[in-house]
Amino acid sequence: MVNDLGALLHGFEVALTLHHIVLMFAGVLIGILVGVLPGLGAPNGVALLLPLTFAMEPVSAIILLSSMYWGALFGGSTTSILFNIPGEPSSVATTFDGHPMARQGRAAEALSTAFLSAGFGALVGVVVVTLIANQIATFALRFSPAEYFAVYFLAFAAFIGMGGTDPLKTAVSLLIGLALASVGMDTVSGEMRLTFGTDVLVKGISFLVAVIGLFGIGELLATVDEGLHADAVDARLGLRDVWRTLLGMPRHWVALLRSTAIGVWMGITPGGPTAASFMAYGVARRVSRNRAKFGQGEPEGVVAPEAADHSAGVAALLPMLALGVPGSATAAVMMGGLMIWGLQPGPMLFQERPDFVWGLIASIYVANIVALVTVLSTIPLFAGIMRLPFALLSPLILTICLTGAWMVSGSGFDVALACGFGLLGYAMKKLDYPIAPLVLAMVLGDKAEDAFRQSMLMSQGALSIFWANALVASLMALALFFLALPLLQRLFSRRIPA
Amino acid sequence: MRRTALLLSLVLGLATAILISPALISPALAQGWQPQRPVEFVVAAGPGGGTDQFARLVQSVIQKHSLLRVPVIVANKGGGAGTEAFVHGRASAGNPHVVVFGTNNVWLMPLVTRVGYALADLRPVAAMAADEFLLWTHTDAPWSDARGLIAAARERGGAFRMGGSQARDTDHILTKQIERATGVNMTYVPFRSGGEVAVQLAGGHVDANTNNPAENVAQWRGGRVRPLCVFSQRRLALTEKVHNGIGWADIPTCGEAGIGPAQFNMPRTVWLPARTTDAQLAFWRSLLDQVRQTPEWTEWLQRGSQSAMWRTGAELEALIREDEAASRRDFASYGWLPE
Repeated sequence: MVNDLGALLHGFEVALTLHHIVLMFAGVLIGILVGVLPGLGAPNGVALLLPLTFAMEPVSAIILLSSMYWGALFGGSTTSILFNIPGEPSSVATTFDGHPMARQGRAAEALSTAFLSAGFGALVGVVVVTLIANQIATFALRFSPAEYFAVYFLAFAAFIGMGGTDPLKTAVSLLIGLALASVGMDTVSGEMRLTFGTDVLVKGISFLVAVIGLFGIGELLATVDEGLHADAVDARLGLRDVWRTLLGMPRHWVALLRSTAIGVWMGITPGGPTAASFMAYGVARRVSRNRAKFGQGEPEGVVAPEAADHSAGVAALLPMLALGVPGSATAAVMMGGLMIWGLQPGPMLFQERPDFVWGLIASIYVANIVALVTVLSTIPLFAGIMRLPFALLSPLILTICLTGAWMVSGSGFDVALACGFGLLGYAMKKLDYPIAPLVLAMVLGDKAEDAFRQSMLMSQGALSIFWANALVASLMALALFFLALPLLQRLFSRRIPA
Repeated sequence: MRRTALLLSLVLGLATAILISPALISPALAQGWQPQRPVEFVVAAGPGGGTDQFARLVQSVIQKHSLLRVPVIVANKGGGAGTEAFVHGRASAGNPHVVVFGTNNVWLMPLVTRVGYALADLRPVAAMAADEFLLWTHTDAPWSDARGLIAAARERGGAFRMGGSQARDTDHILTKQIERATGVNMTYVPFRSGGEVAVQLAGGHVDANTNNPAENVAQWRGGRVRPLCVFSQRRLALTEKVHNGIGWADIPTCGEAGIGPAQFNMPRTVWLPARTTDAQLAFWRSLLDQVRQTPEWTEWLQRGSQSAMWRTGAELEALIREDEAASRRDFASYGWLPE
């Protein structure tokens, strides 16, 4: 503990040089830019910057790249809230309440709520990481495919097992998502699935393309259909709203702490930020005092996914360094960089290169504060966009959507696919099918399937592998409890005569 | 006497001039073709893995030594186990500004699954390195050597868990060859990447894996996994000690350890699209030849314990032809060939 504190202080010495602070600002600004443009995204941004870092010291290089990642995480929430287009997979859940708030003229409030929750999540995440940095690697080694499956199952169960919408429609949406997730090459059998003999589907259906269509274009079509009330939203803007939101944040302390805890847990276990944000939103919608208002612009519906997303993003970086297994696409690119700089990620990195590891941890503190201040100051600018009349705004959104779909992998087929998903999203909205289960299934579906089939191979087909030890059994029990919760609640409320 | 000396110096001078001139004259003058536009390096893998590092390292060497006048952009097209990159290579026929980086998967993938390209759609430029394969186990395992591991696997019937990256790819092929050489059955569990397999072995969730040195070295250093033998005719050359005084050169070959197969490695290959000219191919070959002579390249090979390899032209084509034919026979006996 004391040793760690000393190491951290030394890390701050490394991180707080002028050179490194300039790098952080540069990284954060580029990050916000790539985060705001859907499709470009953090992994591509990091890959683009990578050649620049070849000539740098490893610690400077990782500070630049990780700062860009934090910037992109913040930037990704901006388009989710303003245009209903998630810039990053992990900010999908932010659209559920963030965008309704923006449409009610509360864009500045929604943005500052998102950024402040995210900043809080990131800082708590890094504190936890500092405290248990040396134990993370040993804990993460306990995860076999069975535990992975239990974590994904838990995320599904926490998000889905609930009333509100027709359970049959939820099931349909979920199954479409699972089918979409299985397109492309199958890891376990090595076969191509659902490609219909074409080349374009071999790489699978990109999650980002689907989301751009379902949310961005679908929302646009629905707005046009609702009768084009072309009056601009009277968005209040100004730093006064930011200040007021900041003062109001303590009201959400329960949601903040709960979501951050979920985020840190999902970051350290290999669930990742996307699963964390969905799970935190699902749990909040079930237990919050304001649960009736969820989906109609409830600030807590923004707090939950944002705090979880960022705390998971921060917590996921350490397992990558300690295990050499990247928790996200962005982390994978950074890890490739690490090896080119001559470092070997793995359990020995903490002993062999403490200056690098603790310099990075200290830079997470500083860079997130830098990022938070920067994004908060951009709120008036972004919220101002919402004042534009719809006739001006809609071509802009469509342009962002289509270029975003193109940028994912430079393929024209993806653009057509995004348009197709736009129609699907519109139809689902009209017929009252929930879109979120489809998205969740697309993100976690193939991972859950792989983990399940790997477990089955390892146990020679015995389902008992999911109850084989305390860790996996408690995860499974928790998931089943979440799944049964709506049923239990109904039984319970029936017993009490109204 | 003086005449002889003069003649001698003349001959020597001429010889030196002839020897040195190819190094002095830039490739442009020697081969007559130079890239005119920014060049795209297409990586047949996602970001972070061995193939990705291979391409990015070549990019960084080119950049550092100013070997090219045009910028190099690296694009990852790892969909469909890398086939996305080769399909892109097919679509870029005749374009010498697209260079594809892969492994032996270029000729193995069309054998096992329906892909959108044929081997004839790409021209091999060079094989630049060979990634070695080792048999690893975790440190809690009861067996002490490769023979002990095989005996335990035989006892457990098919329940012995061998982890590997992807199905019907190198790790899976090697596992099949081990089964054939030793007559035991194993359960092959495919994961997404070598890094994942390394962690699964370190956690003791699989019993063994056949990872490349770079994929497992961190866990070996951490004392969680240990190597049993290397699938090569010769021991690894690196003298560095990794853990508890044991180093790469101390690992026995699988021949010495008494299990087969004796030799298995994965060449790292570079390709141009079909319908590019011989001059264009020669340009890239000489550029890659310059890259492999830099200290950065040697250092990268050593860091990953990869073996140096340099095959081009007819020699490379023969290697590909033979390996493809042998693999086709093997895959047919495993029932992997699509109907």
